[in-house]
Amino acid sequence: MAKGTEVVNQISGIGLFADLSHSQLEGVAHTFEEESFPEGHRILRQGFGGSSFHIILDGEVSVQVGGQERRRFARGDFFGEISILLGEAPSADIVVAVGPLRSLTLGGPKLQEFLTAHPVVMYRMLQAEARRVHDTTQWQS
Amino acid sequence: MSPKPYPPGNYPVIVVGSGPGALQTSYCLSRLGVEHAVISVEPGPGGMFRRFPNFDRLISWTKPFAPAKPGTRDYIRYDMNSLIGDTAAHNALVRPYMDDVSYFPSRSAMQKGLRDFAQKGKVKVRYGCDWEGTRKTKEGFKVTTSDGVYGAKLLVFAVGVTKPWIPSYIPGIKLATHYADLLPASKYSGKRVFIVGKRNSAFEVANGLLTRASQLILASPSPLKVSLDVAHPESARVVYLQPYEDAVLGGGHLVLDATITKIARGRNGFRVTTSGTTRPGDLIFDVDEVIATTGFEAPLRDLAKLGVSLFGQKSLPAQTNFWESSTVPGIYFAGSITQGSAGLNKYGRQSNSGVVHGFRHNARVLARHIATTHYGYKPRRRLIAPEDVTSFLLSEASRSPEIWNQKSYLARVLAFEDNGEVVDQWFQPLANFVDSAGPPAVAITIETDPTGTIRPALYVRRLGNVEEHILDPNILSDFETDDHQAKVSSLLKGLVD
Repeated sequence: MAKGTEVVNQISGIGLFADLSHSQLEGVAHTFEEESFPEGHRILRQGFGGSSFHIILDGEVSVQVGGQERRRFARGDFFGEISILLGEAPSADIVVAVGPLRSLTLGGPKLQEFLTAHPVVMYRMLQAEARRVHDTTQWQS
Repeated sequence: MSPKPYPPGNYPVIVVGSGPGALQTSYCLSRLGVEHAVISVEPGPGGMFRRFPNFDRLISWTKPFAPAKPGTRDYIRYDMNSLIGDTAAHNALVRPYMDDVSYFPSRSAMQKGLRDFAQKGKVKVRYGCDWEGTRKTKEGFKVTTSDGVYGAKLLVFAVGVTKPWIPSYIPGIKLATHYADLLPASKYSGKRVFIVGKRNSAFEVANGLLTRASQLILASPSPLKVSLDVAHPESARVVYLQPYEDAVLGGGHLVLDATITKIARGRNGFRVTTSGTTRPGDLIFDVDEVIATTGFEAPLRDLAKLGVSLFGQKSLPAQTNFWESSTVPGIYFAGSITQGSAGLNKYGRQSNSGVVHGFRHNARVLARHIATTHYGYKPRRRLIAPEDVTSFLLSEASRSPEIWNQKSYLARVLAFEDNGEVVDQWFQPLANFVDSAGPPAVAITIETDPTGTIRPALYVRRLGNVEEHILDPNILSDFETDDHQAKVSSLLKGLVD
C-alpha cells in the first residue's frame, strides 16, 4: 500500500481507475504494492516467468527487444499484463529509462481476480489495449 | 566502566542502529577488515524487539530441535531469529532461551540472543548516541549526533521501519490508539474494540485480546490474506488467526472488508462508520476503543532532503540490488529497510527482507559488497571441481539457509573461467546476477511457484545472456535426485565439460 491521501489522489488521476469510487480507490491502494526501481533496472525480463502487473506512478520505462527500444511508457501507463494474460514469459525487456521509477504492482496470479472484481477497470484496460493495437497498426501501414 | 566506544570523529563507515540488521552488518564488516563506527540512540541492543511485538511472542520460529545440529550452517534455516556468525559459538544464540511454551521465542529470548551475539561477536555500539542530521561533503558525509559530529565515506542506516504511521486520509484516525501505544491488555477487559487493519499486527492484537475484549471488529478495505493461501510469511500468520476462526464460525467477533469512512467520539466511546468494499453497504459501530494497526514507516530523518528518494507508505528508500540509495551513492541500508529493494518479486511474492530471517543474509552480502567494492577486500578463491558442480548446486538448493530464507532473492553463484576453473562466488542478489554482464556463470536459488510449490530455479549465463530454468519440485524438497542431477548437467553442457 502506498502513502495515504497522496496515493489515493495519485491513483484517482490514473485513467485505468477513472471510474472507481473513493472507497474502491482505497481498496486499490491496499491491494497493490508500491515499488521503486533505479534507472537502468530491468523490471520485466524477456523469457523469465513470474512477472507482475505494473502501473507507473512516476518515471519512464523503455520497452526493449534485443536491446532495441520499441516504445516508452510513462505515468499512468501500465505494463506486464500481456504475459500474465497469455501465461507466457514476457517477449520484451522493460527497463527503467527515467528513474527512480515508482509503480503500483500486482502479482500476476492476482490480476484475474482483481479485474473480474473491477469490470470498469477491465473495460478501461481493453480500451487502452485497443489504442495500442490501433497505434501499432497505423504505424505499420 | 569502560568508556563509550566510537567517539565522534572520522571513520571509513558509520552504521546507524543497534537492531539485528546493524549488529549483523557490523559483525561482518569487522571480519572483512572494514573499520567502522556503530551508533544508536537506544540504550542497548535489540532494535524494535525492545518494544514489539506487543503480545511478546515473535512470529518467526526458532526450532529447539531440528533436522540439523544447532550451531551448524544447516541449522540456520530452522532458526529464523538468531544472527549468523562465523563460528558455532556465535550461532543459534536465541535457542538457549527458548521455553516449552512455543517454538516462537518470546521478546526477551530474542533480546538475549541479540545481546549474546553482540557480546560474543565483540560488536561494539555507541549507545545513547542520537543521529540528528546528515550532510554531504567532498569526502563523503558528515553525521551530526547528540554526542558530536562524525565523518565517513559511507553510511549504513539500519534504523528499522519503526515510526508509527497513521493514514491521515481516514477522518478522525487520530482518535485511535496506534499499535505502538497500545494500553495494557487489562484495560480492554469487557470492552468492544474496533481494530483498523487486517495484517499481522491487527491479528496479533485481536488474538492477544481474545480473553479480554467483549467483541473485536477488524476492518480494512482489502480481503484478508492468510500466509497459508499465499505461501508468504508476511501475510496473516496462522498463529494469530483464532479471531478469524471465531468470526467464521459465528462466535461474535467480526472480520470485515470495509473502508473506514469516519471515526468520531461517541456517547460512551467512539463511533466508527464503515463502507463495505467486497460487499456493499455502510455499517456503524459504537465501540469503547479504536486501535490503529496501520503499520510503521522508516524514520529516515533528513535523508530525503539530501536527495534520497523515498517511496510508499513505509517511506522506504529507493535502492539498488545491493541496498544502496539509488539516488545518493554512498548511503546504504541494512535491516528491514532493505525490503525496499524488490528483487525479482516473482509472482508478486515479496522477499523476506522485511524480517530478520531474510535481512540477516542481506547484511552479510552487503558487508562483503562494501568490503570488495570500496575497501579492496579480496575473497579467498574457492574452486569447485568441475565434476562436483552439479551436486554442489543441488546441495545448495536443498539446504542452503541463504536460499531457503530468501527464495528468488539471493542465489549461490559459480563462475566458469576460461582456463576451465569453476570459482565459487558465494551469494548475490539474484536480480544483480541476471542483469549483470559477465563471464559464463550459473546461479541457483529456489522459488515458490503460483501453486505454492517450491522448486529449484537455475539461471545460466552464456555469452552475456541469462536464461531461466525452473526445475521439477520434489515432495521431500530433496533436489539431489538422479533426475535433478541429469537435468542440471544437461543445462550446463558446454560450461563444465
